[in-house]
Amino acid sequence: MILVFIEHKNCVLNKTSLEAIAAAQAIGADLGMKAAAVIPCTGECPLVQEIAGYDLEKVIVAKSDKLGTYTPDAYADAWEQVIKATNPQYIVMSHTYQVRDFAPKVATRFGRELVGDVIRYRAEGGKLVLTRRIFLGKLDADLTVGGDAPYFVTFQSGAFRGDSAAKGSAAVETIDVNIGEIRMTAEEPFQEAKASVDLTKSEVIVAVGRGIKSQENLALAQQLADALGADLAASRPICDNEWLPIDRQIGSSGQTVAPKLYIALGISGAIQHIVGMKNSGTIVAINKDGEAPIFDIADYGIVGDLFEAVPVLIEEIKKARA
Amino acid sequence: MKIIVLMKQVANKDAVLRIGPDEKWINETDIAMQTNESDGYALEEALRLKEARGEGEVVVCTLGPQSAKSVIKDALARGADRAIHVVVDDANKLSPYQIAKAIADAIREENADLVFAGLQSDDASYGQTGVVLAELLGIPHGTIVIEVDRGSLGESLRIKRELESGWYQWFTYKLPALFTIQSGISQIRYASLKGIMAAKKKEIREVTAAVEAFAAGQTISKVYMPLKTKQTQILGNGDAKAGAVELVEKLKTEVRAI
Ligand SMILES: Cc1cc2nc3c(=O)[nH]c(=O)nc-3n(C[C@H](O)[C@H](O)[C@H](O)COP(=O)(O)OP(=O)(O)OC[C@H]3O[C@@H](n4cnc5c(N)ncnc54)[C@H](O)[C@@H]3O)c2cc1C
Repeated sequence: MILVFIEHKNCVLNKTSLEAIAAAQAIGADLGMKAAAVIPCTGECPLVQEIAGYDLEKVIVAKSDKLGTYTPDAYADAWEQVIKATNPQYIVMSHTYQVRDFAPKVATRFGRELVGDVIRYRAEGGKLVLTRRIFLGKLDADLTVGGDAPYFVTFQSGAFRGDSAAKGSAAVETIDVNIGEIRMTAEEPFQEAKASVDLTKSEVIVAVGRGIKSQENLALAQQLADALGADLAASRPICDNEWLPIDRQIGSSGQTVAPKLYIALGISGAIQHIVGMKNSGTIVAINKDGEAPIFDIADYGIVGDLFEAVPVLIEEIKKARA
Repeated sequence: MKIIVLMKQVANKDAVLRIGPDEKWINETDIAMQTNESDGYALEEALRLKEARGEGEVVVCTLGPQSAKSVIKDALARGADRAIHVVVDDANKLSPYQIAKAIADAIREENADLVFAGLQSDDASYGQTGVVLAELLGIPHGTIVIEVDRGSLGESLRIKRELESGWYQWFTYKLPALFTIQSGISQIRYASLKGIMAAKKKEIREVTAAVEAFAAGQTISKVYMPLKTKQTQILGNGDAKAGAVELVEKLKTEVRAI
């Protein structure tokens, strides 16, 4: 059997869990196994019915009063007991920030190791060959896992399509779990100062990365944005340096956008950035490193110095518009 | 108060990577190396916490070959008090559990109040050494920490974790505890000349790692250039200015954005 983790906050589903269901169904089809979903919750979880509508052997609610708010200690204890009770071959999850936090701990308790952030897999001789991106997206690595089941695998967001998860009807089961000492207390999650720009509505975005070198040079990017009628956005290091406010950050910890045109200036294309903009209509990358991963998803690329390209771009756009 | 900071040497961000002859890693012999980015922030946060507290010791721990000494020396120059070097020649062949186990064995008896690590390495990016280590040491952990409430330090410590899409959450942990630190948590200091001189006298304890075989570990069978998902039209043929002219043409005729 394959266990799939259903992540939620106050019983509101994290949609990447549907990708995990799709992944588990695919692996199950290849290896001849059924998948079962696991929802850690305090009790009557309204999510159960929704998840039971997928093609799964069953939906297991791991139940405890201590599972209302996420803590790594409580989640690790819950998972340990569910795994012991069900003896799965695989445990499949989406590689979210929450999963990164507790899943390696659970694997360690079983003397196993998590293969994390996997982008695709293939089945070979009844086992999986898993592919991860390494060196900040510059290379791919195929991995195999030794030893016996259970095997722990997490998939990168977007590796599977949530809407391709097969529908069906699953039985529901509850496992009461005993949670030991929780050594951390959580406050309520919150959002930092309300965003003053909503880049999700932008039609054209000019985004700058570390290649812009200094705050002063942002003026050049702004001129390009003005010429195109675009909004200015940035990769994380630019916002970390406070060269632009955090509400301009694109990526997993910032905004997710899908404008008609996205122009990336001096951005390498780390996965945490790409997840926030890969669904843009047309992607243009200007980067002096021809092997930068941003070119893997770009429709048009200029391999070269942005400080040479951008002034010419601005000139030519103005000419074209005149 | 004692803080151990895990720091790793990785290939320089801008280095041109060549796949090694066995196709299982890159050829590391002739490329520039640097301290893993988030590890540098982990050190900075440890130093600031010690300064805020007015006492304490910051101990750097590095697992890697002799060449990783440069990471240690840099950390000592920035203000770490001493270092533990877990010497392993082919560290890139170790699985995350093996790495965490070797580090756990090397630091367990230090009985640190806090262990800080970067949230992931910029080479293999397993992103789990810290979490596995915490479990092996029997202490709680928190990942992707973006702020430390230094004033709260006592029997416990309050930290802010980054969640997805601009959300955050504060947690308070009983100590000892381990935290993995996110890049950008603060501004990293440079080593001063005085710091560089002082570093020469600081202790670097070498530990020969007893790396245990680990049957359940993951092994890299092949590394290769990523498969392209899109057909990219490269414009200008290496000439940025010519590329810009061609791009505007494409934006006009194909994308219709102008
Ligand atoms: C948990 C987590 C969450 C994260 N969240 C986000 C997020 O939400 N958003 C985000 O963006 N990142 C995020 N990151 C960081 C991410 O991993 C990368 O570190 C970051 O995106 C890199 O930004 P960059 O591309 O601007 O910088 P770099 O990776 O340093 O790339 C700079 C690029 O500029 C190019 N360049 C330099 N000079 C020039 C020039 N003159 N002309 C043309 N090109 C030039 C270089 O070739 C290089 O490719 C996160 C990381 C983690 C671990």
